[in-house]
Amino acid sequence: MEEVRKYWDEAHECMSREEMKKLQGEKLVKQVRHVWDNVPYYRKKMEEAGVTPDDIKTVDDLCKLPFLSKADLREAYPYGLLGKPLSECVRIQSTSGTTGKRVVAFYTQADVDMWEDCVARAITAAGGNEDDVCQVAYGYGLFTGGAGLHGGSHKVGCLTLPMSSGNTERQIQFMQDLGATILCCTPSYAAYVGETLAEMGLTPDDIKLKAGIFGAEPWTEEMRQEIEKSLGIKAYDIYGLTELSGPGVAFECCEQKGMHVNEDHFIPEIINPETGEVLPDGTKGELVFTAIDKEAFPMIRYRTRDICVLSREKCSCGRTLVRMAKPMGRSDDMLIIKGVNVFPSQIESVLLKMSNATPNYQIVVDRVGTTDTFEILVEISDDMFSDTIKTFEELQKKISNDIKSVLGIRAKIKLVEPKSIPRSEGKAVRVIDKRKLV
Amino acid sequence: MTVKQLSVFVENRAGRLSNITRLLGDNGINIRAMSIADTKDFGILRLIVNDSEKAMQVLKDNSFAVTITNVLALRIADRPGGLADSMACLYKDNISVEYMYAAFISETSETAYLILRPDKTDEAVTALTEGGFKLVSDEELKSL
Repeated sequence: MEEVRKYWDEAHECMSREEMKKLQGEKLVKQVRHVWDNVPYYRKKMEEAGVTPDDIKTVDDLCKLPFLSKADLREAYPYGLLGKPLSECVRIQSTSGTTGKRVVAFYTQADVDMWEDCVARAITAAGGNEDDVCQVAYGYGLFTGGAGLHGGSHKVGCLTLPMSSGNTERQIQFMQDLGATILCCTPSYAAYVGETLAEMGLTPDDIKLKAGIFGAEPWTEEMRQEIEKSLGIKAYDIYGLTELSGPGVAFECCEQKGMHVNEDHFIPEIINPETGEVLPDGTKGELVFTAIDKEAFPMIRYRTRDICVLSREKCSCGRTLVRMAKPMGRSDDMLIIKGVNVFPSQIESVLLKMSNATPNYQIVVDRVGTTDTFEILVEISDDMFSDTIKTFEELQKKISNDIKSVLGIRAKIKLVEPKSIPRSEGKAVRVIDKRKLV
Repeated sequence: MTVKQLSVFVENRAGRLSNITRLLGDNGINIRAMSIADTKDFGILRLIVNDSEKAMQVLKDNSFAVTITNVLALRIADRPGGLADSMACLYKDNISVEYMYAAFISETSETAYLILRPDKTDEAVTALTEGGFKLVSDEELKSL
């Protein structure tokens, strides 16, 4: 029998530190020149910072470059950060959310190949090869989850089952009938699949799953153990952002001690979110990425807002790629609920339409078992008020539907009395996140 | 010929009714009729009081969401079929009742009062008046 493949790209995944720095430096110099020549938006930022491509000679010069943030993406929407003519682009993906904060990312064929290659590394690290049947139960469509794992699975040569999300009993039936060995989805969905399996009177022995690749939302070690037990698998974490490509920016190996960053494509930095100063490895701060290979959507020093720690400690799996811890929180007010990015301002925009003044509201997020609960308390104001239950129920329904169309997920809307939401220094407390994820 | 009804938004939490009724009592407001429409999370407390302006002010000052609606206060005969007669009178003119409830007023043992909100207020006033029913005004209500 052939020896099981351990790495997808051993040359890069196990590269020495010196070689990696050299490779990153070469790519960075080229990328900065590419951006300077093709992305006027970023060139202007560089000029304002007094930096030219000539100042960037090695990877150590990265810190001289200005940051990009979500605000830049919004300002430059949709084409302002494009590095290639549209005729050379072959794909668009987007983040969840249909108004305001959406991110639209472009890909050339080379970008798609690089992305799928990153995912292939993750699948290989989870023990996947051409003998596997890979069930992709991330949502398909604009969301990068489905597209990313689908592409990576093809690349590895797995028999790919493009299930998309939902219809859990059918998922399990396919899993059984077609002998799926790898499941890719959000961790909360994986947990739900595990629960449904049990409800159907089945055990992990009735399915052939051996591994799961789960990402797109925060999850705990406790949840990992639960999923591993309920499905009889080893569960691997995967990290990514649409801004950078999608899942596969970093992935977990069999050691399950942090995610290896594909740093030959994405250079990670940890900064102080207040000052922008680069912090040494092992220090907690905001994660920043520079995509040194991306052609169509070349993000330089993109601020993820994820609070994280990097570790260069040697990993027993043999990979030398730096490892990032699970993100421990956010440096902005974004919440990830059921895998969907939620900004309180999106909820505000919906509520504003219901009343003359923005009603006071509070988002309450919790996790019951392994599923996120999402509730929005809305204070009734006089101009929203009537004397019949019917009008309140219509109001509740309207808010709920509008939230669903903006965020893609439904929230439970609870109408509450004026001034009943606790104030802190006069301002209502907007978010209560009861989930314990770290 | 309508009376002013206060509708107060009340969350389903222990102590809310106690709080509102005590507040009204302490301010000398007498409740003449009331009903609660409830859902799982909240209810609407509908009140007919002796001084709706004052009650409105007191509730607003205490951060309640409150609104005023014009409803009918109808006198009916306190006997079997008394309510049915008034309903028939409205139905004859194709007027629907959104909601109604009984009042705490009773001048004599022969009469009873009920509060009702029709879908078409003006038509309902005409129909009931022409049908020989007695509707009470805010002023009359105070003296009852």
